[in-house]
Amino acid sequence: MEPLLNAIGLASLAVIALVLLSLRRAHIRVEYSVSWLGAAVALLVLSRWRSLLERVGGWLGLRDDPASALVLLIIVVLFVLSYRFSIIISRLKDANVALTQRIAVLEFRVRTLDEKQQADSSS
Amino acid sequence: MTLAGGPGAVLIIVPAYNEEAAVGSVVTEIRTVVPGIPILVVDDCSEDSTITAARMMGADVLPLPYHLGLGGAVQAGYKLAFELGYEYVIRLDGDGQHDPRDIPAVLDALRSSGCEMVIGSRYLLEDSNHTSFLRSLGIRFFRLILRPILGKPVLDPTSGFVGVNRAALQVFSKSFPLEYPEIEALVVLKRRAFRFLEVPCRVRPRVAGKSTITPLKSVYFVIHVLMGVFVNILKFERRRWRR
Repeated sequence: MEPLLNAIGLASLAVIALVLLSLRRAHIRVEYSVSWLGAAVALLVLSRWRSLLERVGGWLGLRDDPASALVLLIIVVLFVLSYRFSIIISRLKDANVALTQRIAVLEFRVRTLDEKQQADSSS
Repeated sequence: MTLAGGPGAVLIIVPAYNEEAAVGSVVTEIRTVVPGIPILVVDDCSEDSTITAARMMGADVLPLPYHLGLGGAVQAGYKLAFELGYEYVIRLDGDGQHDPRDIPAVLDALRSSGCEMVIGSRYLLEDSNHTSFLRSLGIRFFRLILRPILGKPVLDPTSGFVGVNRAALQVFSKSFPLEYPEIEALVVLKRRAFRFLEVPCRVRPRVAGKSTITPLKSVYFVIHVLMGVFVNILKFERRRWRR
Protein backbone atom coordinates (compact mmCIF):
# COMPACT_ATOMS: atom_id res chain seq x y z
CA MET A 1 0.00 0.00 0.00
CA GLU A 2 2.85 2.39 0.88
CA PRO A 3 4.20 2.69 -2.69
CA LEU A 4 0.69 3.64 -3.90
CA LEU A 5 0.29 6.26 -1.16
CA ASN A 6 3.78 7.59 -1.90
CA ALA A 7 2.92 7.86 -5.58
CA ILE A 8 -0.30 9.72 -4.79
CA GLY A 9 1.60 12.03 -2.42
CA LEU A 10 4.19 12.76 -5.11
CA ALA A 11 1.50 13.30 -7.74
CA SER A 12 -0.28 15.74 -5.39
CA LEU A 13 2.96 17.66 -4.91
CA ALA A 14 3.44 17.72 -8.69
CA VAL A 15 -0.09 19.10 -9.18
CA ILE A 16 0.51 21.81 -6.55
CA ALA A 17 3.81 22.78 -8.20
CA LEU A 18 2.22 22.78 -11.67
CA VAL A 19 -0.70 24.96 -10.55
CA LEU A 20 1.61 27.44 -8.76
CA LEU A 21 3.87 27.61 -11.82
CA SER A 22 0.86 28.15 -14.09
CA LEU A 23 -0.40 30.89 -11.77
CA ARG A 24 3.00 32.60 -11.86
CA ARG A 25 3.01 32.50 -15.67
CA ALA A 26 -0.65 33.63 -15.78
CA HIS A 27 -1.67 30.46 -17.65
CA ILE A 28 -4.49 29.84 -15.18
CA ARG A 29 -6.69 32.32 -13.32
CA VAL A 30 -6.69 32.29 -9.50
CA GLU A 31 -10.40 31.40 -9.28
CA TYR A 32 -9.86 28.26 -11.36
CA SER A 33 -6.68 27.23 -9.57
CA VAL A 34 -8.31 27.06 -6.12
CA SER A 35 -10.20 23.83 -6.90
CA TRP A 36 -7.04 22.09 -8.12
CA LEU A 37 -4.93 23.33 -5.20
CA GLY A 38 -7.62 22.35 -2.68
CA ALA A 39 -7.98 18.86 -4.17
CA ALA A 40 -4.19 18.32 -4.39
CA VAL A 41 -3.59 19.47 -0.78
CA ALA A 42 -6.43 17.25 0.50
CA LEU A 43 -5.01 14.22 -1.31
CA LEU A 44 -1.48 15.00 -0.08
CA VAL A 45 -2.71 15.19 3.51
CA LEU A 46 -4.68 11.95 3.21
CA SER A 47 -1.76 10.10 1.62
CA ARG A 48 0.56 11.12 4.49
CA TRP A 49 -1.83 10.96 7.46
CA ARG A 50 -2.47 7.26 7.88
CA SER A 51 -4.99 7.37 10.76
CA LEU A 52 -7.10 9.99 9.01
CA LEU A 53 -7.08 7.94 5.80
CA GLU A 54 -8.21 4.84 7.76
CA ARG A 55 -11.03 6.86 9.33
CA VAL A 56 -12.16 8.13 5.92
CA GLY A 57 -11.87 4.56 4.59
CA GLY A 58 -14.13 3.46 7.46
CA TRP A 59 -16.81 6.00 6.42
CA LEU A 60 -16.66 4.56 2.90
CA GLY A 61 -16.85 0.97 4.13
CA LEU A 62 -13.20 0.35 3.17
CA ARG A 63 -11.63 0.27 6.63
CA ASP A 64 -9.27 -2.58 5.69
CA ASP A 65 -8.27 -1.04 2.40
CA PRO A 66 -7.61 2.70 2.86
CA ALA A 67 -5.58 2.89 -0.37
CA SER A 68 -8.68 1.94 -2.37
CA ALA A 69 -10.60 4.58 -0.43
CA LEU A 70 -8.02 7.16 -1.52
CA VAL A 71 -8.27 6.06 -5.17
CA LEU A 72 -12.07 6.29 -4.89
CA LEU A 73 -11.72 9.81 -3.48
CA ILE A 74 -9.44 10.78 -6.37
CA ILE A 75 -12.09 9.58 -8.85
CA VAL A 76 -14.79 11.57 -7.04
CA VAL A 77 -12.61 14.69 -6.95
CA LEU A 78 -11.83 14.42 -10.69
CA PHE A 79 -15.54 13.91 -11.45
CA VAL A 80 -16.53 16.98 -9.40
CA LEU A 81 -13.79 19.11 -11.01
CA SER A 82 -14.78 17.96 -14.52
CA TYR A 83 -18.40 18.78 -13.84
CA ARG A 84 -17.51 22.18 -12.41
CA PHE A 85 -15.46 22.98 -15.52
CA SER A 86 -18.28 21.77 -17.79
CA ILE A 87 -20.52 24.37 -16.13
CA ILE A 88 -17.86 27.05 -16.56
CA ILE A 89 -17.36 26.12 -20.24
CA SER A 90 -21.13 26.25 -20.81
CA ARG A 91 -21.29 29.74 -19.31
CA LEU A 92 -18.34 30.84 -21.43
CA LYS A 93 -20.00 29.46 -24.57
CA ASP A 94 -23.24 31.34 -23.79
CA ALA A 95 -21.25 34.53 -23.24
CA ASN A 96 -19.29 33.93 -26.45
CA VAL A 97 -22.48 33.48 -28.49
CA ALA A 98 -24.11 36.58 -26.99
CA LEU A 99 -20.96 38.66 -27.61
CA THR A 100 -20.57 37.38 -31.18
CA GLN A 101 -24.19 38.26 -31.95
CA ARG A 102 -23.84 41.66 -30.27
CA ILE A 103 -20.70 42.49 -32.24
CA ALA A 104 -22.40 41.44 -35.49
CA VAL A 105 -25.49 43.55 -34.78
CA LEU A 106 -23.42 46.62 -33.75
CA GLU A 107 -21.12 46.26 -36.78
CA PHE A 108 -24.17 46.09 -38.99
CA ARG A 109 -25.62 49.25 -37.46
CA VAL A 110 -22.30 51.13 -37.68
CA ARG A 111 -21.95 50.12 -41.32
CA THR A 112 -25.51 51.27 -42.05
CA LEU A 113 -24.83 54.62 -40.35
CA ASP A 114 -21.56 55.04 -42.31
CA GLU A 115 -23.34 54.37 -45.58
CA LYS A 116 -26.10 56.81 -44.69
CA GLN A 117 -23.54 59.48 -43.72
CA GLN A 118 -21.65 58.99 -46.97
CA ALA A 119 -24.87 59.23 -48.96
CA ASP A 120 -25.90 62.41 -47.07
CA SER A 121 -22.51 64.07 -47.59
CA SER A 122 -22.38 63.25 -51.29
CA SER A 123 -25.90 64.59 -51.97
CA MET B 1 -31.75 48.63 -49.00
CA THR B 2 -31.61 50.30 -45.57
CA LEU B 3 -33.40 48.22 -42.98
CA ALA B 4 -36.08 50.19 -41.17
CA GLY B 5 -38.63 48.48 -39.00
CA GLY B 6 -41.89 49.77 -37.57
CA PRO B 7 -45.51 48.73 -37.16
CA GLY B 8 -46.42 46.17 -39.79
CA ALA B 9 -42.87 45.99 -41.17
CA VAL B 10 -41.71 42.63 -42.52
CA LEU B 11 -38.17 41.28 -42.79
CA ILE B 12 -37.01 38.09 -44.46
CA ILE B 13 -34.08 36.33 -42.82
CA VAL B 14 -31.94 33.81 -44.67
CA PRO B 15 -29.32 32.05 -42.51
CA ALA B 16 -26.45 30.83 -44.70
CA TYR B 17 -23.20 28.97 -44.21
CA ASN B 18 -21.00 28.29 -47.24
CA GLU B 19 -23.93 28.75 -49.62
CA GLU B 20 -22.24 30.85 -52.34
CA ALA B 21 -23.74 28.65 -55.08
CA ALA B 22 -27.33 28.89 -53.82
CA VAL B 23 -27.81 32.08 -51.83
CA GLY B 24 -27.77 34.42 -54.84
CA SER B 25 -30.64 32.64 -56.56
CA VAL B 26 -32.56 32.39 -53.26
CA VAL B 27 -32.31 36.18 -52.81
CA THR B 28 -33.29 36.80 -56.44
CA GLU B 29 -36.33 34.51 -56.15
CA ILE B 30 -37.43 36.20 -52.92
CA ARG B 31 -37.11 39.65 -54.53
CA THR B 32 -39.21 38.48 -57.47
CA VAL B 33 -41.99 37.12 -55.23
CA VAL B 34 -42.06 39.92 -52.63
CA PRO B 35 -40.22 42.86 -54.23
CA GLY B 36 -40.75 45.42 -51.46
CA ILE B 37 -39.67 43.31 -48.51
CA PRO B 38 -36.06 43.64 -47.31
CA ILE B 39 -33.90 40.51 -47.15
CA LEU B 40 -31.27 39.93 -44.49
CA VAL B 41 -28.79 37.13 -45.12
CA VAL B 42 -27.15 36.09 -41.85
CA ASP B 43 -23.75 34.76 -42.83
CA ASP B 44 -22.51 32.27 -40.23
CA CYS B 45 -18.82 33.02 -40.86
CA SER B 46 -18.72 31.26 -44.24
CA GLU B 47 -15.37 30.34 -45.76
CA ASP B 48 -16.60 30.97 -49.30
CA SER B 49 -18.12 34.00 -51.07
CA THR B 50 -21.60 33.76 -49.57
CA ILE B 51 -21.48 37.41 -48.44
CA THR B 52 -20.50 38.71 -51.88
CA ALA B 53 -23.11 36.54 -53.63
CA ALA B 54 -25.87 37.77 -51.32
CA ARG B 55 -24.86 41.45 -51.56
CA MET B 56 -24.58 41.27 -55.36
CA MET B 57 -28.23 40.24 -55.54
CA GLY B 58 -29.31 43.13 -53.32
CA ALA B 59 -29.63 41.54 -49.89
CA ASP B 60 -28.41 43.11 -46.69
CA VAL B 61 -25.88 40.89 -44.93
CA LEU B 62 -25.28 40.38 -41.23
CA PRO B 63 -21.85 38.74 -41.09
CA LEU B 64 -21.10 36.87 -37.87
CA PRO B 65 -17.44 37.14 -36.80
CA TYR B 66 -17.46 33.58 -35.45
CA HIS B 67 -19.26 30.40 -36.58
CA LEU B 68 -22.23 29.88 -34.24
CA GLY B 69 -24.29 27.19 -35.96
CA LEU B 70 -27.81 27.50 -37.32
CA GLY B 71 -29.57 28.50 -34.10
CA GLY B 72 -27.00 31.17 -33.23
CA ALA B 73 -27.19 32.63 -36.74
CA VAL B 74 -30.99 32.72 -36.77
CA GLN B 75 -31.07 34.28 -33.30
CA ALA B 76 -28.61 36.99 -34.41
CA GLY B 77 -31.04 37.84 -37.21
CA TYR B 78 -33.97 37.86 -34.77
CA LYS B 79 -32.06 40.16 -32.41
CA LEU B 80 -31.32 42.67 -35.17
CA ALA B 81 -34.92 42.52 -36.43
CA PHE B 82 -36.24 43.10 -32.92
CA GLU B 83 -33.87 46.02 -32.28
CA LEU B 84 -34.87 47.62 -35.57
CA GLY B 85 -38.54 47.32 -34.66
CA TYR B 86 -39.76 44.76 -37.19
CA GLU B 87 -43.19 43.30 -36.53
CA TYR B 88 -42.96 40.17 -38.68
CA VAL B 89 -39.95 38.07 -39.60
CA ILE B 90 -39.97 35.19 -42.04
CA ARG B 91 -37.04 32.82 -42.08
CA LEU B 92 -36.13 30.46 -44.88
CA ASP B 93 -32.96 28.49 -45.53
CA GLY B 94 -30.15 29.70 -47.77
CA ASP B 95 -29.75 26.38 -49.62
CA GLY B 96 -32.77 26.94 -51.86
CA GLN B 97 -34.89 24.11 -50.43
CA HIS B 98 -37.73 26.43 -49.48
CA ASP B 99 -39.80 27.90 -52.26
CA PRO B 100 -40.12 31.69 -51.84
CA ARG B 101 -43.51 31.55 -53.62
CA ASP B 102 -44.87 30.36 -50.27
CA ILE B 103 -43.78 33.51 -48.44
CA PRO B 104 -47.07 35.38 -49.05
CA ALA B 105 -49.06 32.46 -47.59
CA VAL B 106 -46.92 32.41 -44.44
CA LEU B 107 -47.16 36.19 -44.10
CA ASP B 108 -50.93 36.25 -44.62
CA ALA B 109 -51.40 33.54 -42.00
CA LEU B 110 -49.16 35.44 -39.60
CA ARG B 111 -51.12 38.66 -40.07
CA SER B 112 -54.63 37.20 -40.07
CA SER B 113 -54.44 34.34 -37.54
CA GLY B 114 -52.98 36.21 -34.58
CA CYS B 115 -50.68 33.23 -33.99
CA GLU B 116 -47.21 34.08 -32.80
CA MET B 117 -45.60 31.59 -35.17
CA VAL B 118 -46.49 30.14 -38.57
CA ILE B 119 -44.69 27.06 -39.86
CA GLY B 120 -44.39 26.25 -43.55
CA SER B 121 -45.26 22.54 -43.58
CA ARG B 122 -44.33 20.23 -46.44
CA TYR B 123 -46.75 17.59 -45.12
CA LEU B 124 -49.85 19.67 -45.80
CA LEU B 125 -49.24 19.16 -49.51
CA GLU B 126 -50.15 15.97 -51.37
CA ASP B 127 -46.73 15.78 -53.01
CA SER B 128 -44.39 15.72 -50.03
CA ASN B 129 -41.66 13.33 -51.13
CA HIS B 130 -38.61 15.56 -50.72
CA THR B 131 -37.60 14.00 -47.43
CA SER B 132 -35.06 11.27 -46.79
CA PHE B 133 -36.16 8.09 -45.01
CA LEU B 134 -34.14 8.94 -41.88
CA ARG B 135 -35.51 12.46 -41.64
CA SER B 136 -39.04 11.21 -42.23
CA LEU B 137 -38.60 8.68 -39.41
CA GLY B 138 -37.28 11.40 -37.09
CA ILE B 139 -40.19 13.70 -37.93
CA ARG B 140 -42.73 10.95 -37.14
CA PHE B 141 -40.99 10.29 -33.82
CA PHE B 142 -41.02 13.95 -32.82
CA ARG B 143 -44.65 14.35 -33.87
CA LEU B 144 -45.51 11.70 -31.28
CA ILE B 145 -43.34 13.33 -28.60
CA LEU B 146 -44.60 16.87 -29.25
CA ARG B 147 -48.33 16.07 -29.52
CA PRO B 148 -48.98 15.91 -25.73
CA ILE B 149 -46.52 18.72 -24.95
CA LEU B 150 -47.95 21.22 -27.42
CA GLY B 151 -51.55 20.12 -26.93
CA LYS B 152 -52.10 19.87 -30.68
CA PRO B 153 -50.50 17.99 -33.55
CA VAL B 154 -47.62 19.46 -35.52
CA LEU B 155 -46.95 17.86 -38.90
CA ASP B 156 -43.59 19.38 -39.76
CA PRO B 157 -41.74 20.20 -36.52
CA THR B 158 -38.31 20.36 -38.21
CA SER B 159 -39.32 22.90 -40.85
CA GLY B 160 -36.94 25.82 -41.24
CA PHE B 161 -39.54 27.85 -43.12
CA VAL B 162 -41.01 29.85 -40.27
CA GLY B 163 -42.71 33.18 -39.72
CA VAL B 164 -42.85 34.89 -36.33
CA ASN B 165 -44.49 38.05 -35.03
CA ARG B 166 -42.97 40.62 -32.68
CA ALA B 167 -44.05 38.82 -29.49
CA ALA B 168 -42.25 35.63 -30.56
CA LEU B 169 -39.33 37.74 -31.82
CA GLN B 170 -38.91 39.19 -28.34
CA VAL B 171 -38.88 35.72 -26.76
CA PHE B 172 -36.48 34.27 -29.35
CA SER B 173 -34.14 37.26 -29.01
CA LYS B 174 -33.59 36.19 -25.42
CA SER B 175 -33.95 32.42 -25.61
CA PHE B 176 -33.29 30.35 -28.72
CA PRO B 177 -31.67 26.93 -29.05
CA LEU B 178 -28.19 26.97 -30.60
CA GLU B 179 -28.30 23.62 -32.38
CA TYR B 180 -31.27 22.06 -34.22
CA PRO B 181 -33.48 24.95 -33.11
CA GLU B 182 -36.83 24.21 -34.78
CA ILE B 183 -38.32 21.61 -32.42
CA GLU B 184 -37.05 23.21 -29.22
CA ALA B 185 -38.32 26.60 -30.41
CA LEU B 186 -41.84 25.16 -30.43
CA VAL B 187 -41.50 24.14 -26.80
CA VAL B 188 -40.00 27.54 -25.90
CA LEU B 189 -43.12 29.16 -27.40
CA LYS B 190 -45.41 26.75 -25.57
CA ARG B 191 -43.81 27.81 -22.28
CA ARG B 192 -45.07 31.33 -23.04
CA ALA B 193 -48.53 29.97 -23.98
CA PHE B 194 -48.02 31.21 -27.56
CA ARG B 195 -49.86 29.68 -30.50
CA PHE B 196 -48.62 28.33 -33.81
CA LEU B 197 -50.20 27.41 -37.12
CA GLU B 198 -49.03 25.36 -40.10
CA VAL B 199 -49.54 26.35 -43.72
CA PRO B 200 -48.62 24.28 -46.79
CA CYS B 201 -45.21 24.96 -48.32
CA ARG B 202 -43.17 23.35 -51.05
CA VAL B 203 -39.77 21.82 -50.38
CA ARG B 204 -37.33 21.32 -53.24
CA PRO B 205 -34.01 19.51 -53.57
CA ARG B 206 -30.99 21.61 -52.58
CA VAL B 207 -29.80 24.01 -55.28
CA ALA B 208 -26.15 23.14 -54.57
CA GLY B 209 -23.94 21.36 -52.07
CA LYS B 210 -24.62 18.26 -50.04
CA SER B 211 -26.60 17.69 -46.87
CA THR B 212 -24.32 17.07 -43.89
CA ILE B 213 -26.80 14.71 -42.22
CA THR B 214 -25.33 11.24 -41.58
CA PRO B 215 -26.85 8.30 -39.65
CA LEU B 216 -24.57 9.07 -36.68
CA LYS B 217 -25.52 12.74 -36.73
CA SER B 218 -29.18 11.74 -36.90
CA VAL B 219 -28.83 9.75 -33.68
CA TYR B 220 -27.05 12.71 -32.06
CA PHE B 221 -29.82 14.99 -33.36
CA VAL B 222 -32.55 12.87 -31.75
CA ILE B 223 -30.75 12.69 -28.38
CA HIS B 224 -29.84 16.38 -28.43
CA VAL B 225 -33.36 17.54 -29.28
CA LEU B 226 -34.96 15.16 -26.76
CA MET B 227 -32.69 16.62 -24.06
CA GLY B 228 -33.56 20.16 -25.15
CA VAL B 229 -37.30 19.41 -25.07
CA PHE B 230 -36.97 17.75 -21.67
CA VAL B 231 -35.06 20.72 -20.21
CA ASN B 232 -37.67 23.14 -21.54
CA ILE B 233 -40.46 21.07 -19.98
CA LEU B 234 -38.60 21.17 -16.65
CA LYS B 235 -38.43 24.98 -16.88
CA PHE B 236 -42.12 25.04 -17.79
CA GLU B 237 -43.07 22.90 -14.79
CA ARG B 238 -40.92 24.96 -12.43
CA ARG B 239 -42.70 28.13 -13.56
CA ARG B 240 -46.08 26.46 -12.99
CA TRP B 241 -45.12 25.32 -9.48
CA ARG B 242 -43.97 28.83 -8.56
CA ARG B 243 -47.39 30.29 -9.37
